[in-house]
Amino acid sequence: MSEFLRSYLVVVWFGLAAFLVGSLLLGISALLRPNNPTSEKLLSYESGVDPVGDGWSQSQIRYYVFALLFVIFDVEAVFIFPWATQLERYGGFGLVEMAVFVAVLVLGLVYAWRKGVLRWV
Amino acid sequence: MMYNFAIDPLLTGKVLWTPLLIVLLKVVVVFAVGLVATMLMVWFERKVIAGMQNRIGPNKAGPFGILQTLADGIKLFFKEDLIPERSDRFVFKLAPYLAFVPAFLTFAIIPLGGDFRGDNDGLVTWFGQQTRVQLADPPIGILFALAISSIAIYGIMLAGWSSGSKYPLLGSVRASAQMVSYEAALGLSVAAVVLVSGTLSTSGIVARQSSLGNWNVIVTGIVPFFIFMIAATAELNRPPFDLVEAEQELVGGFNTEYASLRFALFYLAEFMNTVTMSALIVTLFFGGPQPISVGSLTVDIPIIGNAFEGTIWLLLKVLVFLYIYVWFRATLPRFRYDQLMDLGWKVLIPASLGWFILLAAQRVGQDAGWDRYVVTIATVLILLVCYSLLALAQRTSENERKRDGVMF
Amino acid sequence: MFSAELLIAQNIGFFIIAAVMVVGALRVVTTSNVVHAALWLVVVLAGAAAQYILLAAEFVAVTQVLVYIGAVMVLFLFGTMLTRARIGAESDLNNKNWFVGLGVALALLVAMLIALRDGFGAEKLPADDPLVSTQTLSDQIFGPYLLPFWALSFVLLAAVIGAIVLARRD
Repeated sequence: MSEFLRSYLVVVWFGLAAFLVGSLLLGISALLRPNNPTSEKLLSYESGVDPVGDGWSQSQIRYYVFALLFVIFDVEAVFIFPWATQLERYGGFGLVEMAVFVAVLVLGLVYAWRKGVLRWV
Repeated sequence: MMYNFAIDPLLTGKVLWTPLLIVLLKVVVVFAVGLVATMLMVWFERKVIAGMQNRIGPNKAGPFGILQTLADGIKLFFKEDLIPERSDRFVFKLAPYLAFVPAFLTFAIIPLGGDFRGDNDGLVTWFGQQTRVQLADPPIGILFALAISSIAIYGIMLAGWSSGSKYPLLGSVRASAQMVSYEAALGLSVAAVVLVSGTLSTSGIVARQSSLGNWNVIVTGIVPFFIFMIAATAELNRPPFDLVEAEQELVGGFNTEYASLRFALFYLAEFMNTVTMSALIVTLFFGGPQPISVGSLTVDIPIIGNAFEGTIWLLLKVLVFLYIYVWFRATLPRFRYDQLMDLGWKVLIPASLGWFILLAAQRVGQDAGWDRYVVTIATVLILLVCYSLLALAQRTSENERKRDGVMF
Repeated sequence: MFSAELLIAQNIGFFIIAAVMVVGALRVVTTSNVVHAALWLVVVLAGAAAQYILLAAEFVAVTQVLVYIGAVMVLFLFGTMLTRARIGAESDLNNKNWFVGLGVALALLVAMLIALRDGFGAEKLPADDPLVSTQTLSDQIFGPYLLPFWALSFVLLAAVIGAIVLARRD
């Protein structure tokens, strides 16, 4: 068990090292770079003209449906992985188990396709 | 009762300095290798693409311009760092880290070398200690890589949102929708590899690809590899899937408002991801650090020890894929957004799912001892049926578009 | 709790992560920006994943990251970024009934504490708890829990259909 935790600690250290190097780079740069902000420099960039309206703008709801479909397939993938490693033991019945699960989820994709939400234009 | 205060749970008993030293050494070395590889990748890409476009490319800084990236990096240190006044300052500063750190983390689970020949299983002996040339080898290694790649979305998404500007916001929404779309296909093609390997650990996957005929690219039947390759390119936001930074439409995309080293972190993360993704492809489909061997014939690099040879093989294989990525960029025109989404959802996901189930069925059939020819014929028939169904669906949706008067 | 002797490092880790989770959870409800709230929620979920790793349940941990942080929270952020996610503090995030929510939360906490005490009481995890292997987990899902597993697919299907009905253009 400690061997197991240890391998994750290494990963944590590694992530921490990446974070520290990132901050170190930014820190060094903070000492070296000029800092002379003017109000023009701090405007948000809109191809050279003064920015119009709010910086935030509403986007298409279509994006949302894709994100939702992704959640479905992500959950599916999570179940598929342990199953795939053990398929040899589960045999034919295991195949049917997964096929039913996948088929139901594919129905969702087919429904989305039929209703035209996968269509961009 | 023992009072052993230790950050490392292995230190609860006797303090063992050698393993600790090896771990520390590994962290430093892998980190340095990652960073240097990234810088070389930037140079490599510029040089190769210059060659493909009949230009010379960087040739002033150092021999063959190899220090160009370093020069660019040093320049960025001296650039003024601007934080737009309409931005969300905290998230704006956080986002580069969210891109940079995950880019490194994937590197931790990739077998970077080692001797997988015979019964060696990738273990090498350093300072009298058995270890792997791999930072960490958790039993769920490949899922860890997928998890990290799903976290990488945050950096891009939040960078765009926190800039308080329209182009970055649009760029980041596009990017994250694209990444989630292809992540599903990516996961399903990895599942095919897991199916034939029977393990989730990356070193285990490598160990099972001992000869050319055992490489997963062949065992899984090539299709998962192509799907993975396409999905990975989209996941990296590299051409031809670089709609995120389609200059003509979105200026620089999600990082338009970033300057100085904050921009450099995004830039490094992008190239780092390209390197790790290539390494992942090699690990999953092309035997990782395994040498090329057909039957009993093994291509052996003389003089160098077997353990170190693995690293060289990995490097060579990764270079091939890095070259392919640059090649993509030089030759393929950018996708349109609707084409991109169609490719992801209407081709790659159904194809990868279908192929996966088919592969599973075939393996079950093999184990149950069904007639080989019957299985093959049935497989081909099912493939044909699936393909025509998919083609029919595509056709129908195309006709519907035409009827609705959509131009393309 | 763990048996104390050998697992000091684990215990320290547990309390640090737990503290981070509590702070994160409080910030989720007190912050005045939707996106910040979502990010604090990510901190809480990541903390839960870290706790799973401390419990040697790495498959559950990686699932937590893949599904909750990588997919569900991305969906949340998407939803807010597309509909309303202005930068800066928003005044109308709280409504007058927040104290009712507080009451419900407290009641839920008490109920959970009682349930946990009733269920496990003074039970202790063995210190040398073996790794919860992916194989054990998979045997459970595709054995005794097959029916819930299939039911899950219908729940997901229902979610897709619901979202499509809501998001369709006509």
